[in-house]
Amino acid sequence: MELRKYENIGEQVLFDTLPNGLAIYVIPKKGFFKKVAFFGVNYGGSDRRFKLKGEWHDTPAGVAHFLEHKMFDKKDGNALAALSANGASPNAFTSSGITAYHFECTENFEANLRILLRFVSEPYFTDESVSKEQGIIAQEIRMTEDNPQHKVFQNLFRSLYAYNPIRDSIAGTVDSIAQITAQTLYYCHEAFYNPSNMVLCVAGDVDPQIVGSVAEEILPKAKSEVAVRDYGAKEQQFPASAKTEEAMEVAVPLFMAGTKLGGGLRGKDRQRNELLGDFAMNLLLGKSTPLYARLYAEGLINSSFFGGTTFFPDGAAAIVGGESRNPDAVCEAVMEEAAKIASKGPDKALYQRLKKAALGEEIRALNSLYLICNRQMTGHFEDYDPMDNIKIMEEITAGDIVEFIGSSLSPEKLALSVIRPSKGGK
Amino acid sequence: METAIRKEILPQVSLTSITTKKFKTGCISVTFKLQLESENAAKNALLPQVLLRGCARYPDMESLSAAMDELYGARIEPVVRKKGEVQCVGLYADFVDDAFVPKGEKLLEKVAELIGQILLFPATKAGIFNSDYVKSERENLSDRIRARINDKQLYAATRLNELMCSGEAYSVDSLGNADDSMKITPQTLTEHYRRILEGAAIEIFYCGSADRKRIETAMLGALGTLPRTQNGFAVASTDVKTETGDVRYFKDSLDVTQGKLALGFRLGEIMRRPALAPIMVFNAVYGGSVTSKLFTNVRERLSLCYYASSRIERHKGLLFVYSGIEVDKYDDALKEILHQMELCRQGQITADELSNAKKSVVTDLNSLMDDQTQLENYYLGQALDSTSCTPDLLASLVSEVSAEEVVAVANSVRLDSVYFIENAERSA
Repeated sequence: MELRKYENIGEQVLFDTLPNGLAIYVIPKKGFFKKVAFFGVNYGGSDRRFKLKGEWHDTPAGVAHFLEHKMFDKKDGNALAALSANGASPNAFTSSGITAYHFECTENFEANLRILLRFVSEPYFTDESVSKEQGIIAQEIRMTEDNPQHKVFQNLFRSLYAYNPIRDSIAGTVDSIAQITAQTLYYCHEAFYNPSNMVLCVAGDVDPQIVGSVAEEILPKAKSEVAVRDYGAKEQQFPASAKTEEAMEVAVPLFMAGTKLGGGLRGKDRQRNELLGDFAMNLLLGKSTPLYARLYAEGLINSSFFGGTTFFPDGAAAIVGGESRNPDAVCEAVMEEAAKIASKGPDKALYQRLKKAALGEEIRALNSLYLICNRQMTGHFEDYDPMDNIKIMEEITAGDIVEFIGSSLSPEKLALSVIRPSKGGK
Repeated sequence: METAIRKEILPQVSLTSITTKKFKTGCISVTFKLQLESENAAKNALLPQVLLRGCARYPDMESLSAAMDELYGARIEPVVRKKGEVQCVGLYADFVDDAFVPKGEKLLEKVAELIGQILLFPATKAGIFNSDYVKSERENLSDRIRARINDKQLYAATRLNELMCSGEAYSVDSLGNADDSMKITPQTLTEHYRRILEGAAIEIFYCGSADRKRIETAMLGALGTLPRTQNGFAVASTDVKTETGDVRYFKDSLDVTQGKLALGFRLGEIMRRPALAPIMVFNAVYGGSVTSKLFTNVRERLSLCYYASSRIERHKGLLFVYSGIEVDKYDDALKEILHQMELCRQGQITADELSNAKKSVVTDLNSLMDDQTQLENYYLGQALDSTSCTPDLLASLVSEVSAEEVVAVANSVRLDSVYFIENAERSA
């Protein structure tokens, strides 16, 4: 395995690629009881239209998430139960671009790793079990539909985008998942769950050699074709619609506003854009900015206020949100401040301070084995090294900030989504 | 990791410290242990929020945040927790550990000092809290309390507490009541704050690379001017009720598509001499783990609910079950949740179920040693019980728990209340 050392943050990473194309990262953490393993697939809610063996396929919204649920079911029982019985805490999630299966444990690491690799790579679906799962997932979908935080996000992305699949909920709808059959699942598994489209990340006090040898023993030996994806027609620079409002049972109005950023970047450029975007948003409206202080003092925002960027397949967005009695006023103030920074440049002292703070934030993240694996997985799929974050951050200049804010934040690019109280609230 | 050492460093001020190089950050928390009671709960919850708006040296949020940014993004956050009937109110700070700060700068002493400034030297006018800060924070607090309804899963838990423990201090929300919070004035809050400084018991926790001497010196320096003048300040405690009467049923109708069913039990007689390990294992067998009876039967096998799990409140001696169900499955789900409890009582616990439950509890205890916030929370719980059992010692006790002990817990548990959120339209 290749050893990568990061003196500035006191970390090491061992890296290897198996002949079948699987990338393996091991991050040794002496003194930790926990061991965390992430088995990630470069396949998420947005990957709905794809080409395999020369043919295009359209799949219903929610297949990646449905597949994630169904992978745990095996002929001889449930993998979740098997891992739990072995003392592990297993879980999984599906984002717009990634499906990740992970567990943490303090004992029986090798046995748990074997279960993880096996259950994710060996599909077993029947029409009966698929139809049972449709009931369970329909429940989950209803539960998220009751959640205002989810709603405000989804409505914003429906406003921003006309074609990108980020418009739809990752879990799909009760109707879309009703179209899923065992056949759909087998096909999508074949298209995406092959080792060259996957990554294995392990953090903790483990023997790195075991990780590689177990993976080699259990997973398919040969490389196979990975599907080509299509995320819809090219988007306009401006939002598809400027504002959406919906009433739900909330006490204070919730809002989320955002603008589209360029998507599709990979490697160092992508990494730099993620760091730059978050840094610029923090400099614009983070907790120690004059704008935050003013809006907070005026009672327009509370501590739920946030801003940042989010990246997903073939797109990215700068977003702000939180609870506010007057979301329009908040958006207006943010846009004015952005225009000011774009023309005059950022406050120098604030810029220097936030650079220090950003360093602290990166160091802090290294306490969490879960975050370390998760970042390593994302970095791998986007072709960058997350352990270099601090170095890349140091290269970002005040000029970069001005350019980012000037080019991405303006009133005509902004879409606003509001959930207002239906009754009882004020 | 060194064992945690707890020591009284000032009257009614104890410091628990763990020296370890395992983490990349250090953490310090300072917690006031206050009696949970309806007349003061909102005031207590408001205090850290107001203190974090500014202190004498950094009189507003912007300058206070700037000071934290300068310390490489040190965080100082307000924390309000309810443990039994003790309202634990204070600050939690974390900051980059010495080894990773550029140019050998040392942050521990600076962060400790800043905590002292925030706690002891607030931004005041003529000795009274800044009234803008109090007014806007009480508004935020009341919004947060009202916003509890946004998350129906948590709201069900809050409502069950309130209804089931009506007449007991435990019914009071950890943040207090929204209307009470709006009545707080700069004057009343300042008076309340002074009383707390004079007499309330304080727990300090530290975990990081510094040795005990260094953190003790830093905290004595930071809190040295604490006016410990009130010797008679009542020590906060929890009143445990072991009896139950007839089961009570409560319902709310709200705009939901999924029903929320919550059950409240009292741990009963065993709370006279509570042993934590068997209680934790019982909970993991019944509903506190993914191999539990509730998870594997009610959710997985019978698909009666989307989620079903149980949780213990050990200080007050309560057990809660939370589940999300189709509204028309109410009877079936309730019956099955109680049936699974009955199986525990009858000793119908397989060897696998018992050993899986123990594994799950042991894993949780081992894992918490990898996480500073969890360590902090664990040792605060220990301090409230006036015990100092390390997580590894507790884990070894858990491994020894027998099926008989689990059955004994199950037979002591009594159902007190059932709460349900149903769909407003369907019931209309």
